Amino acid sequence: MSSEIRFTDFKSDKQPTWCPGCGDFGTMNGMMKALAETGNDPDNTFICAGIGCSGKIGTYMHSYALHGVHGRALPVGTGVKLANPDLEVMVAGGDGDGYSIGAGHFIHAVRRNVDMTYVVMDNRIYGLTKGQASPTSREDFETSTTPEGPKQPPVNPLALSLAAGGTFIAQSFSSDSQRHTEIVQKAIEHDGFGFVNVYSPCVTFNDVDTYDYFRDSIVDLADEDHDPTDREAAKKKILEGDKEYQGVIYQDENSVPYSDLHGLDANMSEIPDGAPEDAMDLVREFY
Amino acid sequence: MAEDLNWAIGGEAGDGIDSTGKIFAQALSRAGRHVFTSKDFASRIRGGYTAYKIRSSTDRVQSVVDRLDILVALTQRTIDENVEELHDDSVVIYDGERSWDAEIPEGVTGVDVPLKSLAEDAGGAIMRNVVALGAACQIADFPIENLDESLEKRFASKGEKLVENNKQAARLGQEYVEENYDDLPEYSIDTTDEDLVLLNGDEAIGMGAIAAGCRFYSGYPITPATDVMEYLTGRIDQYGGTVVQAEDELSAINMALGAARAGARAMTATSGPGIDLMTETFGLVATSETPLVICDVMRSGPSTGMPTKQEQGDLNMTLYGGHGEVPRFVVAPTTVAECFQKTVEAFNLAEKYQLPVYLVSDLALAVTEQTFKPEEFDMDAIEIDRGKVVDEDDIDQYLDEQDRFQPHYDAPDGVSPRAFPGTDGGAHMSTGLEHNELGRRTEDTDERVKQVDKRNRKVETAEQEEDWDYREFGDEDADTLVISWGSNEGAMVEALDFLEDDGIDVRFISVPYIFPRPDLTEEVEAAEEVIVVECNEQGQFADLLEHDTLTRLKRVNKYNGVRFKADELADDIKAELEAEVTP
Ligand SMILES: Cc1ncc(C[n+]2csc(CCOP(=O)(O)OP(=O)(O)O)c2C)c(N)n1
Ligand code: SF4
Repeated sequence: MSSEIRFTDFKSDKQPTWCPGCGDFGTMNGMMKALAETGNDPDNTFICAGIGCSGKIGTYMHSYALHGVHGRALPVGTGVKLANPDLEVMVAGGDGDGYSIGAGHFIHAVRRNVDMTYVVMDNRIYGLTKGQASPTSREDFETSTTPEGPKQPPVNPLALSLAAGGTFIAQSFSSDSQRHTEIVQKAIEHDGFGFVNVYSPCVTFNDVDTYDYFRDSIVDLADEDHDPTDREAAKKKILEGDKEYQGVIYQDENSVPYSDLHGLDANMSEIPDGAPEDAMDLVREFY
Repeated sequence: MAEDLNWAIGGEAGDGIDSTGKIFAQALSRAGRHVFTSKDFASRIRGGYTAYKIRSSTDRVQSVVDRLDILVALTQRTIDENVEELHDDSVVIYDGERSWDAEIPEGVTGVDVPLKSLAEDAGGAIMRNVVALGAACQIADFPIENLDESLEKRFASKGEKLVENNKQAARLGQEYVEENYDDLPEYSIDTTDEDLVLLNGDEAIGMGAIAAGCRFYSGYPITPATDVMEYLTGRIDQYGGTVVQAEDELSAINMALGAARAGARAMTATSGPGIDLMTETFGLVATSETPLVICDVMRSGPSTGMPTKQEQGDLNMTLYGGHGEVPRFVVAPTTVAECFQKTVEAFNLAEKYQLPVYLVSDLALAVTEQTFKPEEFDMDAIEIDRGKVVDEDDIDQYLDEQDRFQPHYDAPDGVSPRAFPGTDGGAHMSTGLEHNELGRRTEDTDERVKQVDKRNRKVETAEQEEDWDYREFGDEDADTLVISWGSNEGAMVEALDFLEDDGIDVRFISVPYIFPRPDLTEEVEAAEEVIVVECNEQGQFADLLEHDTLTRLKRVNKYNGVRFKADELADDIKAELEAEVTP
């Protein structure tokens, strides 16, 4: 079926209500292209999302999808994937959704290494609640709730992921459509938890981390002599923290996904009409 | 002497009290004796008083009583804690070689057995509790071969040698008593050839889940629900399922939700504090119409409360918890065997009506091991009803004019067909936002009302289609009606005998369904006195029944952290009835 699939098959007939120019358009298009490129179709794809402008993505795509509560999309994706390994699972969210309310789940999803893809639309602001500081906002970024800036350093999601044992860590920029698509595609193809932090500018509330800013400052790892399988090199790049990188920063080629380690390959939706045949053995254990 | 044998072992946490008690309980059950166990433990791993109590009889036993015949006391505190329960024929087994000077209460027989030395003779001091079990067998005139079987079961995986050493330790304990004490109270307990299994409520829930086809369990450890998770670990895998230890309860319920949406029968279990954390997602489960079983093994609250103590205080939370108005079912098993049966039922209800089902158990059920006939866990009787599931072949019937699948189709009975992900043509979205039939967000006033009504219609359908029954005991025509829910049933059934001895006839109704629940108006009206028994302070179930029946009801409540005992409950009921007589 995959050969007939085009990325537009992943589009729903619902028009996005994102502000014109929002970075999320590009992020979503790249996701749809990457899904089509990797041979998926809407009927074998499951998209989970949290809450935020970013979280609305499931509505605008056509696939099986759940739009859940704020910050909890990763555990949902984990449950979906473990219950049916045949599904392609993508989780999407914002920087607030993923690194604030959902930060605990993020760390644990990374170390659990379930074979799914996590795309964070990082606009360094809370969009849907109209412009408060997010965990990735700059220290001096003035917002309605931080008139003098948050006065605390932004979280570094790539560093969090690396520290938690991430097996695929990447970053992209939503308006660099081709690179963004390529990177998400690599994340999908990765055997394990593919994490992509996407610079996805908010044109309404963030006048600092703008398209122009990213266009001027982004450094493509493809142009540098970077070996993504070299963890030390990745660590250095991530911790230096002075550049906005795009590309795959780290990939563990020996990554073994959770399901393989736990011997999970069954589609758990298939169960017998009654108790399992040897169920009386369960009772006999109590003699 | 009495056919009943009430035995206990007590000491400090970390003394192996639990495993020793379990070995003896299994020995009794294998000898065809009915067993009912209870545990008294503190919320700490080492230190702190711990006891394991067994009541055993050739008849069915369903409650603890205030009476101890044989007490194995590893510490003085064990004796002090139980002094009220000792009587003239009680025997206390203790180790005089230990540093404390045992003070045996007047009239009670002390049997001093050098537990540690004898255990060392058998191969290691660690077996001193087993020496005490051998001594208990001698005192109770209980065939020690039954204990051998139980020791084999317990230690087989650790090697032949260890099994033999333990058997030897028990023999040394037995012989020591035989040789040194000849004037003991005479116990002689019968054995039978009845076939019995011994298990607790958490294990029964775990077993029910596997039998019902549950394949995905995610949870976060919490007393007293952890045993469900520990039971499933390793066992569910054999059926292609898995247990995931999540990072917290928020994650646990969301994982289970994800698995359920992928088509698995999924469950999570926790206790009150965990239910608090799950409540936000609970609303999502209901709104997205996802079938999910959420088990709340209640303990004493509020907040961290008394983690190792009994209470039935979460009823209101399971019934009303969550913002907005959310349809859910609340099912509360009343016995260990029912923990099994109602778990199976909970899965069927969840999938038939596509909503969250709270399976409410409590600490008393969770930690009580009780004997049952294996037939009560009838695997052949299990029927799995997955409700309305659509596949490739019939999906066409459920598409709208633009070929889109409608997961929230406004069906007359409120239940729309569902398509498991992977079904061709079924791709759809679901959300916690209010949505239309397609699953898309809407704030349209008509659509909103339509979906709220649809979700509630499922409850109306279920109210008509299912049996929301109760169980009945005692004298059907009695003037006094007692109603209870949850784990109080066993104690109340035995309390009926005590009340009868005092000339008080009682009709007793035990209700396993909180919502929907049976309408008890007629039963309440037919009685002169109605008393609602529950382990909480406010009488949450009594409030519900008052609301249903528009009648003031009397209440017997216990909230000190300890479950009802049969004799005590009978006294409480008598007192409540007498309170009426004096104006
Ligand atoms: C439990 C809870 N708390 C708060 C909110 C309100 N809320 C909605 S979106 C949001 C922040 C979203 O920010 P981000 O994840 O960065 O996404 P963006 O809108 O910028 O794409 C918040 C706080 C909520 N829906 N639920
Ligand atoms: S508020 Fe910002 S993030 Fe939200 S849609 Fe508008 S531009 Fe995008």
